[in-house]
Amino acid sequence: MHLRTDALRQLRRWLPVLAVLAAACSPDHYAQTALRPISDFARIGDDIQTQTFYWALGVFVLVEGALLYAIFRFRGKPDDPEPQQVHGNTTIEIVWTVIPALILAAIAVPTVRGIFATSAIPAGDALKVEVVGHQWWWEFRYPDLGITTANEIHIPVGQTVSLRMGTADVVHSFWPPRFAGKRDVFPNRETRVWFKAEQAGEYPGQCAEFCGIQHGRMAFRVRAQTADEFQTWVAHMQTLGARPAAAAPPADSVRTATAGAVVPAQGKQDAAQRATGKDSSATTPAAPPVDPAYAAGEKLFQAKGCVGCHSLNAVNAPKGMIGPNLANVGARSYIGAGSFKNTDETLARWIQNPQAMKKGVLMPNLGVTPEEARSLVAFLRAHQ
Amino acid sequence: MATSALDQQRAHAAAGHAEPTGLWSWLTTVDHKRIGILYGSTAFLFFLIGGIEALLLRIQLGSPNNTFLSPETYNQLFTMHGTTMIFLAIMPLSAMFFNFMIPLQIGARDVAFPRLNAFSYWVFLLGGLFLNSSFLFGAAPDQGWYGYANLTSRQYSPGMNVDFWMLGLQILGIASLAAAVNFFVTILNLRAPGMKLMRMPMFTWMSFITQVLLLLAFPVITVALILLMFDRFFGTHFFVPAGGGDPLLWQHMFWIFGHPEVYILVLPGFGIVSEVLPVFSRKPLFGYAAMVFSGAFIAFLGFGVWSHHMFTTGMGPIADTFFSLTTMLIAVPTGVKIFNWLGTIWGGSIQYRVPMYFALGFIAMFIIGGLSGVMHSSPPADLQQNDSYFIVAHFHYVLFGGSIFALTAGGYYWWPKMFGRMLDETLGKVHFWLMLIGFNLTFFPMHILGLNGMPRRVYTYPEGLGFETLNRLETVGSLILALSFLVFLINIIKTWRGPRNAPADPWNGATLEWSIPSPPQEWNFAEVPVVHGRDPLWEAKRERGGPVPEPPRVSGQGIHLPNPSYWPLVAALGVAGVMVGVLAEPKVGPWGIMAGGLILFIGVFNWAFEPAG
Repeated sequence: MHLRTDALRQLRRWLPVLAVLAAACSPDHYAQTALRPISDFARIGDDIQTQTFYWALGVFVLVEGALLYAIFRFRGKPDDPEPQQVHGNTTIEIVWTVIPALILAAIAVPTVRGIFATSAIPAGDALKVEVVGHQWWWEFRYPDLGITTANEIHIPVGQTVSLRMGTADVVHSFWPPRFAGKRDVFPNRETRVWFKAEQAGEYPGQCAEFCGIQHGRMAFRVRAQTADEFQTWVAHMQTLGARPAAAAPPADSVRTATAGAVVPAQGKQDAAQRATGKDSSATTPAAPPVDPAYAAGEKLFQAKGCVGCHSLNAVNAPKGMIGPNLANVGARSYIGAGSFKNTDETLARWIQNPQAMKKGVLMPNLGVTPEEARSLVAFLRAHQ
Repeated sequence: MATSALDQQRAHAAAGHAEPTGLWSWLTTVDHKRIGILYGSTAFLFFLIGGIEALLLRIQLGSPNNTFLSPETYNQLFTMHGTTMIFLAIMPLSAMFFNFMIPLQIGARDVAFPRLNAFSYWVFLLGGLFLNSSFLFGAAPDQGWYGYANLTSRQYSPGMNVDFWMLGLQILGIASLAAAVNFFVTILNLRAPGMKLMRMPMFTWMSFITQVLLLLAFPVITVALILLMFDRFFGTHFFVPAGGGDPLLWQHMFWIFGHPEVYILVLPGFGIVSEVLPVFSRKPLFGYAAMVFSGAFIAFLGFGVWSHHMFTTGMGPIADTFFSLTTMLIAVPTGVKIFNWLGTIWGGSIQYRVPMYFALGFIAMFIIGGLSGVMHSSPPADLQQNDSYFIVAHFHYVLFGGSIFALTAGGYYWWPKMFGRMLDETLGKVHFWLMLIGFNLTFFPMHILGLNGMPRRVYTYPEGLGFETLNRLETVGSLILALSFLVFLINIIKTWRGPRNAPADPWNGATLEWSIPSPPQEWNFAEVPVVHGRDPLWEAKRERGGPVPEPPRVSGQGIHLPNPSYWPLVAALGVAGVMVGVLAEPKVGPWGIMAGGLILFIGVFNWAFEPAG
């Protein structure tokens, strides 16, 4: 009796731990899980993986079961007589060669089908997105829409997106687990992946090929939006350029960034509105800056050399920039390539000392004072 | 003075007196058993270093956004952990058993080229020191053990980190190739009369196949590393895209070496387990011929599956299909092996001694590694699994659950033969249970984390992705794993202090190494045995109707043995000198290369003209 109550008491003590562990085994516990696919592409792999898993589980139970049985059943003592000396059995050896081969054939069929399905070129009106890996951030260009962004890829739900991928430096791997498996990106070699998102929301993804000191902080966000929301976002982004597209110089030659189509005074307000899910009036043409912090930030953005690496243009954004495009940085949920929540506080910390937050990042410490950082934050926050 | 000491030893050897002792005798030894012990002790030290590196990695990952290690330290440690465990721990631990056991199992007095054997060891030791000396310069390799281009180019890795790795692996490659030639020839040519190929013990068979793999796989990585060296030192562009090179070329070259390397790591373990299971089941190996051919088939297929490491590169459906199917195919002979091991213990009279614990643990764990391997043979699924912690889980079940469990089984099994002392059974069992529990706590949750989105080789992870709980659990597991090896160390020390109590045949062994005293005398076999079957010692016992008497220690009068020599060590120092020169500043480098080359030349020259014995 005592034993039993003791055992129960023990169990009760460990219950919370067990509950935590049980929760940790459920895919729903993981924001970046590959086991809850929400795209056609991801489902292909997931289906095969599930089938393979059950085959493997069956084999596991049978073989480990046989092993355990043998371990207990054939326990011997040193003075036992010598067991029967069996050297082999051709029939049974053939059987256990053929059965695994058949199981593998059963896995091979959906596999080959899946290989061809995932390698197919998406048909019809796929939205083209160019993905460029950089040490250590992601650039997303929409060639047909004429816009560029970084670290947060916006995609429409229900429409296939076709990603054509490359890198500006070393090999990376683009991995949005809810939508697709990994696809490596190479210099001078285009790789592709496509998927059709089934569900709106914001989902994390991450670089999956070791790419240097900050491989661990080379994440990104996938923002899957309804068709309408996506259109609104595109229309808004298309206003984020200094000059009309026709007058702009060739994209490759643009090395300086110019702030345009910003709503300086209302920046913070916009951010608040965005947080509540309402679209802001960010698409209104530029008004003269009324916030002195914004004006100071704009000057600092030039003076501190930020423009050397960051463009503020979503339209006709220059290629080959070292740092991420900041045209809509104020509206992003993370900074530092999906690494830190995009609050005024972290952004200010980042601007003053990026090396402390992401050691080895290509952005040097620029000697920005806290005061200057506040101005820069005001300026950047207005870039919604 | 040196010469006189050497002369003394030669005199000893000639007179058949007690074995020479002292540092000098170890520096000049060409005895395969001593070289085996040198390999084993060095590799075990490197294993502990690699283990400590792993513990540091685990502590860093124990909590999110941890700053216990800086990112560059983390990257150096995971690179060195992988490189160390593969090249400086598992391979040379296997080499320990190749050295010590192959000649004993085939009834030979030494390997075919005893001085080349010494050379292999010294080159391995110096290569390991060379690699690890990078820590002293704060420039340990930090690009991953697989060194993917173009991160390894001068532009993206300007420091000496990659140089240390690239040149260190070259040194180790020389050691591996020299050893492979040696054992290949030894097994083919030095078998005792009647020891036909199909009568060889399974460990010798699997070792033989491993040597073939080494001979075919290492030249590929050697070439790849030379190309990389040219890129880094002389500005060529084999892997540099700016000059028209292709980083993907490196991946192909690396994995053509890298996948056979996996079998190089695990086949010796298959061999060990195939020795241990029959002895402790008191029953011959089930399906001997199938075991031989499945091993050979695995090795052969091992050269046709390399691109399954590269499904995420987008090779196209035809290549994906080919490599997917060959990978699945390799599961068939692997399955045959597991079933034959089960067949071996089935109906046996299982004696639960420590080596058997580890051998059974090996089967149980290796099954899991094999099954997860089948799971990523399917490219659409592997796109999610590749480069995630699921892969980390998989290959630790294969290389730790497989190789390390098997090598530990071999360690307990052959310890009495190697050192004449029995390891403590109780401590051995404590070691086993802690290792089994720690291993599974550390690596099983990685399956779950990987499939739920945790990528490999990240120095930290943010909060909110859900990775915290299981990572914490894994870190606890790794500490238990470390504790298990502490118990092993205690066991070794305790045994070391105890008496030399091991009989020649403590386990009722089947193979020739148990027919001679423990530890064996310098010449192994006073009389070269004649072999009539697969389990010669069991047959001898059966003929006598009981145990064979303890073999006497003999004087060895008239037995011809190779002379000790320090020239292999000199030549090895020359090799290391050349590599140090390559690494050094341009001002002194060429002089270092010339000095190393000169030492190498002197070493080889004198080696060639020194009487062998």
